[in-house]
Amino acid sequence: MSLKMDLEVRNGVLCIRLEGELDHHTADELRTRVNELMDEEMVQHILLNLGSLEFMDSSGLGVILGRYKKIAGLGGEMVVCSISPAVHRLFELSGMFKIIRLESDEKYALHTLGVA
Amino acid sequence: MTNEMSLAFSALGENESFARVAVAAFVAQLDPTLDELTEIKTVVSEAVTNCIIHGYENSGTGKVEINVKLEDGTVSLRIHDDGIGIGDVEQAKQPLFTTKPELERSGMGFTIMENFMDHVAIETEVGKGTTILMTKEVSHNRAACK
Repeated sequence: MSLKMDLEVRNGVLCIRLEGELDHHTADELRTRVNELMDEEMVQHILLNLGSLEFMDSSGLGVILGRYKKIAGLGGEMVVCSISPAVHRLFELSGMFKIIRLESDEKYALHTLGVA
Repeated sequence: MTNEMSLAFSALGENESFARVAVAAFVAQLDPTLDELTEIKTVVSEAVTNCIIHGYENSGTGKVEINVKLEDGTVSLRIHDDGIGIGDVEQAKQPLFTTKPELERSGMGFTIMENFMDHVAIETEVGKGTTILMTKEVSHNRAACK
């Protein structure tokens, strides 16, 4: 099992949809791909859809926090949606919800970021 | 009854998934809840990642050893490396503390281990290596004993 990632920019919102397992081994590829895309395209906000993510550990928190810092540095926001109870617990434990907004699903999250 | 399992593998990132899945498959015999299995997979991932990144400093050399013991509904995990050891254990245990911020480490590894397991102990010696000992009682068995 590895990590599948689907990256798409919609009206300046980078949608990152993850499927599989996000750990130290798979975090490097996610970091590289998101950074490359943010260098190439105009990204104002990031939406992270973790609905199909089956496993995550603190390495996942690290790479998400790193992308948060990047988008916050550009004046943007990071929104996370469709997270499992296990990932919710990791976010809560590390205080991530203080900086990353949680929404129930992608459609509503995109709406709050101004994407119809 | 005591049932034990041991694994030793190269300290490579691609083995992190193998390690947590192998431990979870062994622990499944105790009929834990899905939440408990996820917690055990997560702490194995945390400890093994620490061995690879910190113990062996991402060198790709060295072995990680895992021993799992199932006894009376309790899981005991021992995760060991022969790496560089931890100079200041109390500092390493602090939430969000990391010696490798440049690698975007969250510094949450030990905090997660302490939250997800009943007991966590760290044995370490600089230059010799680190052993993490963790135990967790599985709830199915707690209910069965009542």
